[in-house]
Amino acid sequence: MAHLSESAVVKISEICQRYADENTPLMMILSDIQNEYGYIPLEVQELVSEKTGISVAEIYGVVTFYSFFSLKPKGKYVIGCCLGTACYVKGAGQVFDKFSEVLGIKGGETTEDGLFTLDALRCIGACGIAPAVSINGKVYPKVKVSDVPEIVASYRNA
Amino acid sequence: MIRTPEELHERVAACSACLNGKFEGAEGKRAVVLCGGTGCLSSNSKEIREKFAQVIHEKGLDDRVTVNQVGCFGFCSQGPFVKIFPEDTLYRMVKMEDVEEIVEKDLIGGEIVERLLYVDPVSGEKIQRQDDINFYKKQHRIALHGCGVIDPENINEALGSGAYQGLARALTMDRQEVINEVLAAGLRGRGGGGFPTGRKWQFAYNEKGDEKYVVCNGDEGDPGAFMDRSILEGNPLAVIEGMVIAGYAIGAKNGYFYVRAEYPVAVKRLRIAIKQATEEGLLGEHILGTDFSFNVHIRLGAGAFVCGEETALLNSIEGKRGMPRPRPPFPAVKGLWQSPTIVNNVETLACVPYILRNGAAEFAKYGTERSKGTKVFALGGKINNVGLVEVPMGTTLRELIYDIGGGIPNGKKFKAIQTGGPSGGCLTTEYLDEPIDFDNLVAKGSMMGSGGAIVMDEDNCMVDVAKFYMEFICDESCGKCTPCRIGTKRMLETLTKITEGKGTMQDLEDLKELVAATKNNSLCALGQTASNPIASTMTHFMDEYLAHIQDKKCPAHVCKNLMQYKIERDKCFGCGMCAKACPAGAISRTDYVAPGKKLAAMAIDPAKCVKCGACMSTCKFKAIIKE
Repeated sequence: MAHLSESAVVKISEICQRYADENTPLMMILSDIQNEYGYIPLEVQELVSEKTGISVAEIYGVVTFYSFFSLKPKGKYVIGCCLGTACYVKGAGQVFDKFSEVLGIKGGETTEDGLFTLDALRCIGACGIAPAVSINGKVYPKVKVSDVPEIVASYRNA
Repeated sequence: MIRTPEELHERVAACSACLNGKFEGAEGKRAVVLCGGTGCLSSNSKEIREKFAQVIHEKGLDDRVTVNQVGCFGFCSQGPFVKIFPEDTLYRMVKMEDVEEIVEKDLIGGEIVERLLYVDPVSGEKIQRQDDINFYKKQHRIALHGCGVIDPENINEALGSGAYQGLARALTMDRQEVINEVLAAGLRGRGGGGFPTGRKWQFAYNEKGDEKYVVCNGDEGDPGAFMDRSILEGNPLAVIEGMVIAGYAIGAKNGYFYVRAEYPVAVKRLRIAIKQATEEGLLGEHILGTDFSFNVHIRLGAGAFVCGEETALLNSIEGKRGMPRPRPPFPAVKGLWQSPTIVNNVETLACVPYILRNGAAEFAKYGTERSKGTKVFALGGKINNVGLVEVPMGTTLRELIYDIGGGIPNGKKFKAIQTGGPSGGCLTTEYLDEPIDFDNLVAKGSMMGSGGAIVMDEDNCMVDVAKFYMEFICDESCGKCTPCRIGTKRMLETLTKITEGKGTMQDLEDLKELVAATKNNSLCALGQTASNPIASTMTHFMDEYLAHIQDKKCPAHVCKNLMQYKIERDKCFGCGMCAKACPAGAISRTDYVAPGKKLAAMAIDPAKCVKCGACMSTCKFKAIIKE
């Protein structure tokens, strides 16, 4: 646990404590940690294990099972291209490819400057405005391939 | 606080007078409501609402006009929506810069802003009222009751629209009577399986034990379906009420909502509704002065499609990997923390208050022999009116696609409609007059699923669509059982081979074998239904598979290896815009000048072309084609 700062240890312990009264709270604890720090590295899993009594193996199994949890830090801006069916039949695949080309990364990867992560999302339920792209929670409707460079630039220059 | 049925009735009477007053313009007041669903929020409906409030304040209309948000109107492709009461005028595709005009012209001048009205695509007529729009005419709203009508963050509006009337009646009945009512209504699970809800409840009721649970499955994973999200965003109290009624019926004291983490707005509104209901005494100890107590909790998913499978969902709530459990024992016997548990989908629970409020017969009068009530469909893909529609079971596909959906855009031809998402199949022109219900869709080789309905036109390649679903399933297979883990992978590899033009006739035989093996041997519904899109496209579109394999052609020009862009030289004006747009430098000028044109035509070098399509979208003369 050498890498964890004092404040992180306090915060994570507090998150574990938050759900002390709940039956089987592991998912809630991990969600809160993911939201707070953007990733759940092994050191953090060890701390959660110590606080909850759940084995590291089990925690690691859960973290790697769900796509929402990440072992590595995500970029400052997480670009989620919806690849649900409604978006796909309206050309979301090409939009995704364009983001990949502009950023020079594949899906699931983060740019070297730590600015962008590109994720393929499975339907965000915004089918009426397909193809949809969600960046840090802001949803862009009816995105065209030609819109992509501008969208990326707007964050890069932000 | 509402402590007794009498207090509830008094409160409901006051709230409904207030709500109706808003719609009818009591005391000369006008009301502006805006859609606050995810689709419209992403088109700035929140900012537009704030601007309305600001402009109304500046014009000194605060006493005469109210502004608030409501849930999803369902007609997402036309959003954001603004509705004005008491005239019931519906403005669509409203932008920030339209706000001043609506306030000046309509709210002050009493004149309709014609240019923002919906225009019927067929007649070209402008339509002022929502109910007169074809998209809404054939709908009947039971599960979507209150969505697009009430403010989902204000419990008084929910009560005013009839919330908790169903529970109030249920609490006067014996538990078995409540189950009988749901059985009599013929309600079947809306999440995909179509299992009779009342029977599920009966199983859990029959189990002995102090601790039982109700779980609401809000892990809506079918890509293209978003009715559960809209219900939770539009009328969360209705789902809570359905859950409390279920809890009373089976004898549970606690209920769990399991909602996708991808639905932040739904989760927020659900939390607000739970908090308000608890403060009003409508959740917690001794509900409406009875001995019945019930508490509701929320658990969030973390991005795993398989958690929509009920036993995987229970594992996820238990803090484990979301892998399905073998059944039996069924959850009704051993579910959450090994206690009897019923797992019902959001839309199913949203129907329950209606059944208890109005009686089983009122619900069962809609629908077909074995599929009662209504069903919400998410119309998407290549269709004019994209959105959520709720229609009686037994409505035909033709009514759904053409009357409500407004047909296929850009004069293209309808090819197929995919229902049931990655577990379902596609239905072609010959099935357009088939009535939609649980059993009929299965008989025709597809399934209801959760109600996703994606329309494909002639530009969609069905082999590519099958590959798309298989990629999805392959990614989402939990890996617990071999037939699903390996079978989906092999099927995906084979489909990829075919779409790349490397397929052989043997691949089709292999696919058939894999389809059967995965279907017959997988542990849960995810694997058992994973091969449906392949089986169904192979049945209806074998010609497309053969074109890919034998002719090395993709008839819809989708599969990149099997198509190319070409400039029709006689149509080319030689403007050179395509060459500028080409990222690969694959376009150059030829020596050929077409008759009547001044400049020499351009041509694409197939060896250099990366098939991005940039040239085609740049060409103003439609001189570039795919072949």
